[in-house]
Amino acid sequence: MHLAYPAVLAVLLFCTGLYGVLARRNAILVLMSVELMLNAVNLNLVAFDVWLRDTLHAGQALTLFTIAIAAAEIGIGLAIVLLVHRNRGTADVDRLRDLADPPPAGTPAADDSVTAPTDNGADQATPVRRQTA
Amino acid sequence: MSSAHALAAATGRELAGHGLAAAGHGFLSPTGVEIAFLLVGLATLGAAVVTVTTKQLVHAALWLVVTLGGLAVEYLLLTAEFIAWVQVLIYVGSVVVLLLFGLMLTKAPIGRSPDADSGNRPAALAVAIAAAAALVWVVVDAFRTTWIDLDKGVQGATAVTGDSLFRHWVLPFEALSVLLLAALVGAIVLSRKRGGTSGDKSATNSGKEKR
Amino acid sequence: MTTTTAAVLVPLLPFLGALAGLGAGRRAPGFVRPLAVLPTLAAAALAVLVAVRQGGGEGAGTAPLHASTRLADTGSVPIDLALNIDGFAALVAVLVGVVATCVQIYSTGYLRDDPRYPSYAALVSLFTSAMLLVVYSDDLIVLLVGWEIMGICSYFLVGHYWETAAARSASLKAFLVTKLGDVPFLIGIFVLAGDTGTYRISGIVTRLTSDSGAPLDHPTLIALLLLAGVAGKSAQFPLHTWLPDAMAGPTPVSALIHAATMVAAGVYFIARLLPVFVSSAAALAVLAAMAAVTMVGSALAALAQDDIKRVLAYSTVGQLGYMTGALAVGDRGAAVFHLIAHGAFKALLFLGAGVIIHAAGTNSLAAMSRMSGLTKRIPDAFWTVTVALLALAALPPFAGFFSKEAVLGAAEHAATGHTADIPEGVGWTVLVAGVLTALLTAGYAARLWLMAFRGKGEPAPDHGKQPVAMNAVLWVLFVPTAALGLAYGVLPDWFDGESLTPTFTTSVLGTGMALAGALVMYGAWRHTSARAARLPLGALAAHPDAADAVSEAEAIATHEAAYGSVAGATDPADPGRLLLGPLHRHAATGFHLDAVYSALFVRPVRAAAGLVRFLDRAVIETYVRGAAGAPGLFGAAVRRAQNGNVQTYLGALLAGSLVLAVAAVLVAAGA
Repeated sequence: MHLAYPAVLAVLLFCTGLYGVLARRNAILVLMSVELMLNAVNLNLVAFDVWLRDTLHAGQALTLFTIAIAAAEIGIGLAIVLLVHRNRGTADVDRLRDLADPPPAGTPAADDSVTAPTDNGADQATPVRRQTA
Repeated sequence: MSSAHALAAATGRELAGHGLAAAGHGFLSPTGVEIAFLLVGLATLGAAVVTVTTKQLVHAALWLVVTLGGLAVEYLLLTAEFIAWVQVLIYVGSVVVLLLFGLMLTKAPIGRSPDADSGNRPAALAVAIAAAAALVWVVVDAFRTTWIDLDKGVQGATAVTGDSLFRHWVLPFEALSVLLLAALVGAIVLSRKRGGTSGDKSATNSGKEKR
Repeated sequence: MTTTTAAVLVPLLPFLGALAGLGAGRRAPGFVRPLAVLPTLAAAALAVLVAVRQGGGEGAGTAPLHASTRLADTGSVPIDLALNIDGFAALVAVLVGVVATCVQIYSTGYLRDDPRYPSYAALVSLFTSAMLLVVYSDDLIVLLVGWEIMGICSYFLVGHYWETAAARSASLKAFLVTKLGDVPFLIGIFVLAGDTGTYRISGIVTRLTSDSGAPLDHPTLIALLLLAGVAGKSAQFPLHTWLPDAMAGPTPVSALIHAATMVAAGVYFIARLLPVFVSSAAALAVLAAMAAVTMVGSALAALAQDDIKRVLAYSTVGQLGYMTGALAVGDRGAAVFHLIAHGAFKALLFLGAGVIIHAAGTNSLAAMSRMSGLTKRIPDAFWTVTVALLALAALPPFAGFFSKEAVLGAAEHAATGHTADIPEGVGWTVLVAGVLTALLTAGYAARLWLMAFRGKGEPAPDHGKQPVAMNAVLWVLFVPTAALGLAYGVLPDWFDGESLTPTFTTSVLGTGMALAGALVMYGAWRHTSARAARLPLGALAAHPDAADAVSEAEAIATHEAAYGSVAGATDPADPGRLLLGPLHRHAATGFHLDAVYSALFVRPVRAAAGLVRFLDRAVIETYVRGAAGAPGLFGAAVRRAQNGNVQTYLGALLAGSLVLAVAAVLVAAGA
């Protein structure tokens, strides 16, 4: 069989997953897209293992490991998503904006370079406190 | 050991034996396996695209089942049968169920939700298409003249894989089990409610993954 | 103790006293007065010891004392810590030591309640040390160090009453004007060292006076450059304007720094380096013209002053003019003789004036002339000041007569062509100006005496007796004032050996002019004093019973408000106003020299400063603001990217890595 077929399929699946990761709003859909990307990699691993006829079967062993790790990842990821949903009432990725630099409220540009980090730090400290509480 | 190997090779040959009569290689003379791979691949890709574009969240999970199942078939076509069954068991059986549980627990809306995609959808599309173009170009350029010889026997039979896994890869395998244990504990700790109500759902879900 | 050790200790002791006084000021107030007086007293005693040990100077055949240690091997002209004690140095050091001791003792009474007395006393000690360093030093750079320390001490001490605006501006003015002269002075020293290859005064003088010595390459340039510094320090025209304003300082400071010692440093410097000046006829002519203008102009200005200390300040300027005149005719013996005599009687006059100001409660002569019985309140000051004024007017047999006649005699000697190297015109200039100034000097001395001690009107208020320390000092200084002139026979042994005996012609001429001036002034006073009663005038100090310094500070602060200007007063009963006529208005302001300076220097500098300010605000500030603003704008733009949306971050990250990967592939493919 032509090696380009599985390779191109893997590439297209990967890019589809990439699109999903970047474009989806719901965190669980983002996790699904991540699964797509992982599967694209798995397909690559299997195809190249078969092509190379590896006596150690490194590609397939690694595929198994990847599947296991993907399962672990989806478990942890879903736990985090549930936690975020419990705390914030939403699982939308683009509404979790605590990393943002808050725009200055009418202050001149020279001043907020000093004050902004402290504001930001205070904002970031708040969700951490809520999470642990 | 050697008899097991021969059995696995025979099984693989039997599985892939339908369209292997063609001696030459070429785009214009595809073998039956290739045609099957291509068709299943198109279906898989279509299901994946629907997964990341549909407005109905639960449908996305179901289309994901189709994608993962299609991939399992591709594994079979590539003679990696053990991987294919693991794929079906873990992904289709467990991961998708987990995802559906997650959708339900986060009160995802049933039916069409118009805001399923975020604002930077055009940017995501541009990045994805650019990445696809670049990667396809590179991959095609690199493996244009490379063929997989599927006639030499089944590469991924269960016996062969098990033999390799527990002979050469036993130490990473055990390390991986520790990793899974850590993930289990972490998921329990993360999703446990403060105040001592034990045994909530994500903890039991994590327990399922451990097989 | 060897003479060298004693000579080294003379400048060192007041310096250590100043350091100790500064250190003890807050912690041990009880030690401040002993630390102020005793080191200066010891330095004065050691200076006398050095003078006695050294004996007569070159005139008596005694070789000058030289001692030196290498301070810095500069690579070209080395700098030495060198002593050079000849007759001039020994006697001037004695004068400095004695006057400084007197002033320190006087200050303990005069500033008895002043909270800043410790720093004041330490600065006076430091000043004394610097002046003694200037006197004893043989090295021009070391001399310059002392010279500048004196300048900065003068700045601080003039500004002692810094609560008053007059004192603040006067201290700045004194500093800036003297620095204006010091810059050419420094360059002059460098040129001189470049020409002669040494900073040692003795080396320069030896080279110029010995027969084999080569002449200087640029004698006129050097002499004129040095002259600028001397004119600044010794308050000679046209850099004299700081001295009358410097009277805003405490009276003891005026007595020590601005009458007896620091202003004499310039004269002393020329006396030490006279061969340099003599080698340039042009420099001598400039020196003579400077001296003549200074003498006559300051005497006229003194006639119009109302503040008693400003009268004395202009008188100091005039007497320094005599000294430079003597130097212009090449007789440094006469110059230093007059320096010493003038130091004694002018210190006495200033210290007496301090007593008078306190007793009268004002520094205005116009107010004093409306006050009777002042002599009864302060008999010690009355008698000593009277004698000092007679000495100032150069009436025999007091010190001023002999020293001034020595100057006039030297001028006459030069005018008649008996002095080698000196042009006759120089001699005539100095002689005519000197005789004319003798007339005017006697006039303003008589005016001061008549207005201060012969006032009519309300009796002077009684503020109690003056401290013994102050009165005793007046009598100590009275001795040289009255009797120093009689030493004219001995002094030539200490100097160059030229006779200082008064010649008959100039004595008759000078004394006659002085008597005439005094008599004319007396007549004018008889004519005008009757008007005084009709026009009440004057403002008295608010705290007449406080320490002397307090009433003086108040008098300085209120003079302008009460009398219309810092210098003059609108008093029709002033005999000086009658005699000067229309000239009075100009004389009172020092012939508008300050206005000329304002037009020539102050306004251009202010305009330049305004330009610089504009350039700084409008041009450079723009660059600074731009440098700050551009990163600010850039940062605001970058901030837009920090919207907190993780997907945007990830998208940008992947796009960037994609670009990098494609670039890497292209490079690897050799495209």
